[in-house]
Amino acid sequence: MDKVMSNKKMIALYVLPSLLLIMAVVYIPIVLTGYYGLNEWNGIGAMKFVGLDNYSALIQDDNFWSSAGHSLLLAVFSALSLILYLIVAMVLSARLKGSNLFRKIYLIPMLLSSVAIAQLWLKIYHPTNGIMNSFLESIGVANPPAWLAEPSLVLFALFIPILWQYAGFYILIYYAALKNIPTSLEEAAKIDGANAFQIAYKIKLPLAMEVIKVTIVLAVVGSLKYFDLIYVMTDGGPNGASEVMASYMYHQAFRAYDFGYGSAVGFFLLVICLIATWIIRKMTVTKDTIQYS
Amino acid sequence: MFKKKWSITLMTTLCLAMVAAGCGNNGNNGANNEGSANGGAAESDSKKVTVNFMHLWPEGVSAGQNKIVNQIINDYQAEHTNVTIKQEVLDNEQYKNKLKVLSASNQLPDVGVTWAAGFLQPYVEGNLFTPVDDVLGGELNGKFVAGTTEAYAVDGKTYALPLEFNIAPIYYNKAIFEKYNLEVPQTYDQFKQVVKTLSDNGVAPIALGNKDRWTGSLWYMYMADRFAGQETLSKAIKGEASFTDENLMKAATEVQSLVDGNAFVKGFNGLSNEEAKSEFTNEKAAMYLMGTWELPNWTTNADIPQEFRDKVGFFKFPTVEGGKGDINSWVGGPGVGLFVAENSKVKAEAKAFVEYFVTKWGEQSVTGAGVIPATKVDTSALELPQLYIDLFNEMNQASSITLFADVQMPANAAETHLNMIQSLFGKAVTPEKFAQEHDAAVAK
Repeated sequence: MDKVMSNKKMIALYVLPSLLLIMAVVYIPIVLTGYYGLNEWNGIGAMKFVGLDNYSALIQDDNFWSSAGHSLLLAVFSALSLILYLIVAMVLSARLKGSNLFRKIYLIPMLLSSVAIAQLWLKIYHPTNGIMNSFLESIGVANPPAWLAEPSLVLFALFIPILWQYAGFYILIYYAALKNIPTSLEEAAKIDGANAFQIAYKIKLPLAMEVIKVTIVLAVVGSLKYFDLIYVMTDGGPNGASEVMASYMYHQAFRAYDFGYGSAVGFFLLVICLIATWIIRKMTVTKDTIQYS
Repeated sequence: MFKKKWSITLMTTLCLAMVAAGCGNNGNNGANNEGSANGGAAESDSKKVTVNFMHLWPEGVSAGQNKIVNQIINDYQAEHTNVTIKQEVLDNEQYKNKLKVLSASNQLPDVGVTWAAGFLQPYVEGNLFTPVDDVLGGELNGKFVAGTTEAYAVDGKTYALPLEFNIAPIYYNKAIFEKYNLEVPQTYDQFKQVVKTLSDNGVAPIALGNKDRWTGSLWYMYMADRFAGQETLSKAIKGEASFTDENLMKAATEVQSLVDGNAFVKGFNGLSNEEAKSEFTNEKAAMYLMGTWELPNWTTNADIPQEFRDKVGFFKFPTVEGGKGDINSWVGGPGVGLFVAENSKVKAEAKAFVEYFVTKWGEQSVTGAGVIPATKVDTSALELPQLYIDLFNEMNQASSITLFADVQMPANAAETHLNMIQSLFGKAVTPEKFAQEHDAAVAK
């Protein structure tokens, strides 16, 4: 096998199929999207080249920037929620009684499809028969809000199921990372008199750092291009109060029949995601990875 | 050495498999096209033809319509043994998306379903639909209800033949009205009184799912019609008059005062039309403004309890004192119609099928699905639910029928209109801003 792997031609041959595939379904469409963004096109008739008109219109488009703001807010919340997930994962990995059961409970939302989750939360948030408002009324709140119809509340009402949806995923990743830390390190620290907090902060956290960095990128980029629950639950409404970049792109392309502009939004979204990834990598760079063993 | 050889073989197989898989889809399409091309070319000999038909009545959602479609296709195939109709069925929203994608790659089905006016426009401009005036001038001449085919015409040519025709009455729950001693309102003042009584008694007066936005558009359109008159509204939508017209502004203001009066169910801007409908069918809301496509649900649909169906009545949108609209003016219009693709290889067969389909649909949809067809039907000989007959007669007496604004406007303007509707109901815009945004969008 070593012999095969040292042959450059063989390597090329192995890489080729997946390279072709990824070119055809990812990179070529990206380039095309960028190109469509330079055209005025309703998706059906002939394209008309308009240069950077769509992009300059995009930069001045208040609706786009407010949707970008919503996406960014979601990214911030997802990144912050990672702290919570890490704590949960630490507790679960501490070989407590029943932690196995809890691990499964946290993982369940991840097994449901987005649309099912959306339907579930639509019922929970229903203004008159929903569990949420029935509960609030039963504890004496006179006029509980209609969660998904209130422009000031709708975004936060949507964040809850979105964060809940991915909790299991991140907890599982952290759990695996923490389980990978040799128990001998923890035992040695215990003998030296370290308490649980010190073990978590000085041993577990640094050793899981590489994984944490990856999850930050995943969470931020995932939030910036988030679409599904919002599309099903509010469709960006009311009055665009829950519009995010991806749903704005969809509305421009498929509702307003402006594929040129929609493509420009899509391409811009890609650029924003790339910049975000780059910034996060820069900010979290460490000189050398910590190795205790 | 063996290992290397083995891996090369494996690799090649894998490559081939992937290429084959990747092309699989295309290969099929190619075969299909070829099939129909052959069919067209060999017409004079064997006359084996396949007509691809894409529609939006899946069995689960529109059971009645689906049954009729299959019935018609079977009959047609029995009468024309050389023709095979191949169906592709999708749900409403998915259908719209797929039609767009197919037209971008110029692969439309031979026959498909389309909406009128603004929806149709880009397809006609893109030269994707073929005119069906020859079909219209043939046996179907004079069979359509007046004003239906016009909605599918661009520059004097008709590009699709309508199947359904709808108007939108206000359905109400007779039992709730009786309980609070309410009369069916004739004037808008009486209507407001009804709303107030219901609201004071803790019953949601009106079910409205304004997440979908076109639902709120119906309310605005009626309000505009009754205040400003059909002509002014119609002109404003076409861009020939301004939405800042005094009476149109009054209509927008009145919509907001209805919202203030708690006329609509709680959280209406976050509810879908389906959710709102269930408020009405669960008797939590007393009124529901919706198209006649809902008729089967109040008459024949066995999934909805008989006791409830018996309670549903309807009334016309009340007139406004001093307003220019009259009570027999409706908001509505043709629903979906059938088009034939411009680049279809079997155009003649497709047109023949469309002609057959439209005729049969008219006869069967009345009894089978309980919807109102776009073709003239003699209902006197048929035994039909009273609600259906009443609405059918109302439609024949209509003084005018204004086509749904979001269908009438080009897609871009329609999107602005719908967003503005949601904002108007949510009180995020003033009537002034509402009017200005409309003028700007329509002028574009």
